[in-house]
Amino acid sequence: MAQTAIPTGTYDDTDHDEDLGDGHHEPRSFITKYIWSQDHKVIAIQYSITAMAVGLIALVLSWLMRMQIGFPGSLPFIDPERYLQFVTMHGMIMVVYLLTALFLGGFGNYLIPLMIGARDMVFPYVNMLSYWVYLLAVLVLVASFFVPGGPTGAGWTLYPPQAILPGTAGRDWGIILMLVSLIIFVVAFTMGGLNYVTTILQARTRGMTMMRLPLTVWGIFVATILGLLAFPALFVSGLMMLLDRVLLTSFFMPTITSLGERLSYGGGSPLLFQHLFWFFGHPEVYIVALPGFGIVSDLISTHARKNIFGYRMMVWALLAIGVLSFVVWAHHMYVSGMNPYFGFFFATTTLIIAVPTALKVYNWVLTLWQADIHFTVPMLFSLAFILTFVSGGMSGLFLGNVVVDVPLSDTYFVVAHFHMVMGVAPVLVIFGAIYHWFPKVTGRMLNDALGKFHFWVTFLGTYAIFFPMHYLGFVGIPRRYHDFEGIAFIPDSARELNAFITVAALVVGAAQLVFLFNMAWSGFRGRPAGSNPWNATTLEWQTPETPPGHGNWGPRQPVVYRWAYDYSVPDAEQDFLPQNYPRPAGDGLNPEAPPEQGGLLR
Amino acid sequence: MTIFGTLAAKPWLESGSGEFPPSGRLRIPTGRLGLIFFLIVISVLFVLLGTAYVMRMGFGDWVPLDEPPVLWLNTLALVLSSAAFQGAWIGVRRNRPAGATAGLYAGGLFAALFLAGQLVAWRQLDGLGYYVASNPANTFFYLLSALHGLHLLGGMAAWGRAAARLRHAGSAAELRPAVELCALYWHFLLVVWLALFGLLLADNGGADAVLQPLPHGMH
Ligand code: HEM
Ligand SMILES: [Cu+2]
Repeated sequence: MAQTAIPTGTYDDTDHDEDLGDGHHEPRSFITKYIWSQDHKVIAIQYSITAMAVGLIALVLSWLMRMQIGFPGSLPFIDPERYLQFVTMHGMIMVVYLLTALFLGGFGNYLIPLMIGARDMVFPYVNMLSYWVYLLAVLVLVASFFVPGGPTGAGWTLYPPQAILPGTAGRDWGIILMLVSLIIFVVAFTMGGLNYVTTILQARTRGMTMMRLPLTVWGIFVATILGLLAFPALFVSGLMMLLDRVLLTSFFMPTITSLGERLSYGGGSPLLFQHLFWFFGHPEVYIVALPGFGIVSDLISTHARKNIFGYRMMVWALLAIGVLSFVVWAHHMYVSGMNPYFGFFFATTTLIIAVPTALKVYNWVLTLWQADIHFTVPMLFSLAFILTFVSGGMSGLFLGNVVVDVPLSDTYFVVAHFHMVMGVAPVLVIFGAIYHWFPKVTGRMLNDALGKFHFWVTFLGTYAIFFPMHYLGFVGIPRRYHDFEGIAFIPDSARELNAFITVAALVVGAAQLVFLFNMAWSGFRGRPAGSNPWNATTLEWQTPETPPGHGNWGPRQPVVYRWAYDYSVPDAEQDFLPQNYPRPAGDGLNPEAPPEQGGLLR
Repeated sequence: MTIFGTLAAKPWLESGSGEFPPSGRLRIPTGRLGLIFFLIVISVLFVLLGTAYVMRMGFGDWVPLDEPPVLWLNTLALVLSSAAFQGAWIGVRRNRPAGATAGLYAGGLFAALFLAGQLVAWRQLDGLGYYVASNPANTFFYLLSALHGLHLLGGMAAWGRAAARLRHAGSAAELRPAVELCALYWHFLLVVWLALFGLLLADNGGADAVLQPLPHGMH
């Protein structure tokens, strides 16, 4: 690899400025520029706005549910069926249509080309289609609120047989639309995912080796691979259940009597569905966690002015988690009556996956050790992420053990656990990331005071919501219950706690409106950011224009001379060295690339 | 550069070492790499369905279906289609436009025949009373063949684009990427079909069933 001469062959690598080939000219009309656009930045914004809009629906649903639990009967239209419909739609939207879409469709689209020094994704047309198909999936999902019978109330896990039997809310239309929407979503995700992976492998600019990639890109890369391998399981299980529902086939449906009537189903296996669902469902947790891991690593390093501790280990850990996440799925099925040896196996793998995960946490902490920590809003959110993720991860260690899980299964302990680890923690990263990259996307800073207010209310508030739920779980309060009237073992204190949680949830919800206001207002009126407000090293901050123009880099793509973490380097004149910054000419160490090879941008 | 070599790099030592490394792209055209990833995704899809197939077989109510003989003809059509695409690929590689054109058209034609034949098979099965929901074996056959057919239909769209471009193409070389991708995709779908067909045959009579109707033409 000690390559000193610049290769001049005809090999792909040298013609990286030719990437703006046919079909990708600068768009002229409003439509091709902002709507039917193939520019990864526009697609990223479309994805983000759509995801946040459905996310808002899920948030409102969570308020409604909390009102019913904290103050039973205060909103009389929430009957038990409605409650379950809200639970289902809230869970599914949050996990799939908000987090997955925002991390990969939003951040992935925006950051991958910019961080690797490319002009766009390698298949821009497919990328554009990916967004429109995603939008279709969202519309189909939202349509289920308006069909007779409303959306499905089967729980986000959609377990058959109950999901498609009469008596379950939304059994007529809701479940069909849900399944169709998920199938469409998988198609959209696959189109996007193929782009992300191929772009990261093939469109890196000169000098950007895999091991010089910022960890954000690594996180998105591994998460996308997980998605490409896991989403087919959702596709398959959704399709098979759709056939069971519509054509009365019996993939998952056993011989069954419903409401006194023997149905035509027979011989199918609900357990088969559970296996397929969780073969998708567990990796899904990491699909939303790994991009978060990557982003947090970069935020911490940038805002603590210190190189990330153990970069290589971080990459290896991402890969290890990715591989292991495919062999732990049945820890969601401990109470399904499976063979105890099976449970033993899955409990073991579950505990093993904690090792690379803990390693990442240590490395973040060691990065912070004796660092020059700037308590900016992105940094605050990153620190909050680490705390929340650790809290949620700890309860995961409990639930990963069969004997502990069995009594806690289907209680609020589980609700507390997964909200901490895959609800709140990724959302905190998303907020941090938005505060961090908003200046690049819009050219303006988000308001700092509002940001700090948003942070403290969200951080303390989500703890107030979800931490007490662990206690509710210990008491045995079941999840997915509309109300707890007349259940003898539930003490009055639990009702008071529930009222408290509801108040906290409403306050946290209100703080998100402040955040939305901040984005809308700062997008037009915020302080101009300049091109690199955080003095960051990665390439997206080195674009000639902010926000980056079409093609990102002006006439020449950047050339990369170093990894992404040269902060506080001894003897450097600034406390950071951008990735495309060569050593000063004259020391003979780092010859500047000749201009026809890309040259230097600054 | 091996994967492990890459992962063992020490990027923090590299800066200022005078290196001007290439980006380490894989030496494979981007389109083909994208397609390979897509093929991996489809493989996962069919492997999961195949696993479900085998699991579901064991639940006791499984009644294997008699494969309609037309499936052998369809298989032959798909083999020929794949072979024709291979011919087209060789044609563009050796810069023989006539061969490429013929291969491309023949490939599309045989693929269309395959799809039509699959519909015939469905009708025959339906006529014999093998309804979608009457037995899981039927359901799986319809589902798997439909998914396979849909993928081939998607391939036909790509084929249509390549064939349309054929008219304007100045040289065979211009067509090369499209033809390569089509050929790869077709070979893959042939393999998937053979696996599905094998699964079908294996469950209704084992090796006998596989060998006996051979005169229909595996050549
Ligand atoms: C302030 C924020 C949130 C509040 C107040 C909230 C509240 C709730 C409530 C009350 C339930 C139903 C519990 C039950 O009856 O079993 C629930 C379920 C759920 N939530 Fe959240 N949630 C919030 C954010 C999130 C986020 C960000 C995610 C993203 C992963 C998420 C994912 C889920 C899932 C997957 C379920 C389970 C649905 C089911 O049981 O089928 N939530 N949430
Ligand atoms: Cu899991």
